[in-house]
Amino acid sequence: MPKKTYRQAINEALRQEMERDHRVILMGEDISGGMGAPGEQDAWGGPLGVTKGIMPVFTRDRVLDTPITESAFIGAAAGAAATGLRPVAELMFVDFMGVCFDQIFNQAAKFKYMFGGKAVTPLTIRTMYGAGFRAASQHSQCLYPLFTHIPGLKVALPSNAYEAKGLLATAIRDDDPVMFFEHKAMYDDEAEVPDEAYTIPFGEANVTREGDDVTIIAFGRMVNFANEAADNLEKSGISCTVVDPRTTSPLDRDTILETCEETGRVVVVDEAHPRCNMATDIAAMCAQEIFGALKAPVKMVTGYHCPVPFSPALEDLYVPNAAKIEAAVREVAGKGH
Amino acid sequence: MSDAIQMIVMPKWGLAMQEGMVAQWHVAEGAKITKGQEIVDIETSKIANVFESPISGTLRRLVVKDGETVPVAYLIGVVAEESVTDAEIDAFVEDFKANFVFDAAGAGGPEPEDATTAAGRIRYLEMGDGEGAPIVFIHGYGGDLNNWMFNQEELSAGHKTYAVDLPGHGGSTKDVGDTGLRGLAAAVVAFMDTKDIAKAHLVGHSMGGATALLLALEQPDRVASATLVAPAALGDEINMDYINGFIEEKRAKKLRPVLEMLVGDPSLISKDMVEDVLKFKRLDGVDAALKKLRDALMPGGKQAGSLRDGLAGLKVPVQILWGEVDQVLPVGHSEGLPASIKVTRFAGVGHMPHMEKAAETNELIRALAG
Repeated sequence: MPKKTYRQAINEALRQEMERDHRVILMGEDISGGMGAPGEQDAWGGPLGVTKGIMPVFTRDRVLDTPITESAFIGAAAGAAATGLRPVAELMFVDFMGVCFDQIFNQAAKFKYMFGGKAVTPLTIRTMYGAGFRAASQHSQCLYPLFTHIPGLKVALPSNAYEAKGLLATAIRDDDPVMFFEHKAMYDDEAEVPDEAYTIPFGEANVTREGDDVTIIAFGRMVNFANEAADNLEKSGISCTVVDPRTTSPLDRDTILETCEETGRVVVVDEAHPRCNMATDIAAMCAQEIFGALKAPVKMVTGYHCPVPFSPALEDLYVPNAAKIEAAVREVAGKGH
Repeated sequence: MSDAIQMIVMPKWGLAMQEGMVAQWHVAEGAKITKGQEIVDIETSKIANVFESPISGTLRRLVVKDGETVPVAYLIGVVAEESVTDAEIDAFVEDFKANFVFDAAGAGGPEPEDATTAAGRIRYLEMGDGEGAPIVFIHGYGGDLNNWMFNQEELSAGHKTYAVDLPGHGGSTKDVGDTGLRGLAAAVVAFMDTKDIAKAHLVGHSMGGATALLLALEQPDRVASATLVAPAALGDEINMDYINGFIEEKRAKKLRPVLEMLVGDPSLISKDMVEDVLKFKRLDGVDAALKKLRDALMPGGKQAGSLRDGLAGLKVPVQILWGEVDQVLPVGHSEGLPASIKVTRFAGVGHMPHMEKAAETNELIRALAG
């Protein structure tokens, strides 16, 4: 199977869905570049080149460069979705959600409920998240817990290129608004990705490692660090199950609880700030549902309750990594290890 | 390389294999080994199996020890005549190690290609060269060309070989048409036409075995011989728990017990094999194709269109291989056949003799295909 980067996988999913369904359109700031101006077209392809090359193979009216006004174009995308198109809007950095949040959580997320179940809103919002890019506090956050909180939104966190292509196709074909989170530090990461189109269902976790001692639940980019930690720990006799929930909404509670119950020792890895994040959500779930099976307190490996630092040294300290996960696993695994 | 010193290298089992672990040597340094002898257990992330020696001679050096992992095409053993000194072998091994470059992209093997045929896009893997009719491998329901990873390379020593993905499978078109087995047979012929193959030795497994048999019966001018591995269409019984489970189960944990029905020893089903099936099933069009084939070939939970009655009139050599503990198609379907058809049964083997008993299967194919 051919190897492709996260960036290529997303680009390919967009192209294939646009070919498959003429109602799929793309919109966002600089996603192609040059629209409405006499100069070079498609010179830009998004800030990190993810959408480059798409506009020239389709028509200009399906790949729209928008003004630098998130409130306007995210709102327009929600309206377009409600009236028959299937827009994929790019909210460049999720950190910019503040200026268009009403359009997302009060409008798009509510249409179906408030219009008696008759409105469909097949809107996909692609957005970059995550630290490690030396992009400072306003371009490095992991705000997916905020969207997970909102009923009516679906939230996907692809952990590699294979997952990205399949989950994005599912997002675009879904009739509800989907927040699709792309980790900006992963665009060059490669995985085997089929050329053909495929979909990965939402709400079905992927168990990437199977072990007996400790269960690690990890989100997005953190899945890769959790796998790395599990492989290292295997050598010292601690075998871990690693679960990638793939989507935080819907959340595959069954697989998460089942795998946590099997080992009774749980580490949750979430790059977001530590309060009210996915790690606290999973920890609460374990406490409520499988308390009797737990052999140790649930351990969380997360960012800190501070803005993501701009100093490279501090930013590196901020982000969870394999070593931190290994230490947490050893802690919950107990003295025997 | 000098004729006096021959290399045994890490094989490439399947397209994704980049490295393998020497799990256990069955022979010691100094042993005389023969081509086809099972000499070493090799494990990859996808599969564990025994490796047959590609050459005969005296095994002078085990370069890779038990438990070590090396890339595909890396030297694992040295076969040399008595006249070669240990010092010469040392120098040979050192020279190999100094010059080995791992080709991650190719990893020493050919890549599958797409053929545009009258039946649509057919993905195939081509290996080897030979004068006579080529061998064409046809996988079973839900399978793909990778199912022949233990057979194709081995048999490509004396033949041009092609492993194809049937419509609805692997990287081929997901349009399976409306004619069931006949459509699959037409696709194989369309592929042969595209590749200018007048006549082929067909090796088919399960549904692919039925496809090969249909061609042997109806288009004998295109078939040099047919080796049918646990073929369908020799009776009406089939384990629908397997077929329906294969279609319906979308999670690794649920799919695993279904796939374990394929083999005598469930430990052969690796996590990666389960993942690969899930990935295949997620491709657009696969679910519909699998259901369409099920409904055409097994309406009401029974196999339709038995080919058994035509066997007496076969005009080409046909042999049948079957595992005695096959849980998908009953081994009893290999009974009561015309005497002209050689039947080989394997004790303790399930529905995948070509993987579970690769060496014996390859020998039998070689015996029929020449």
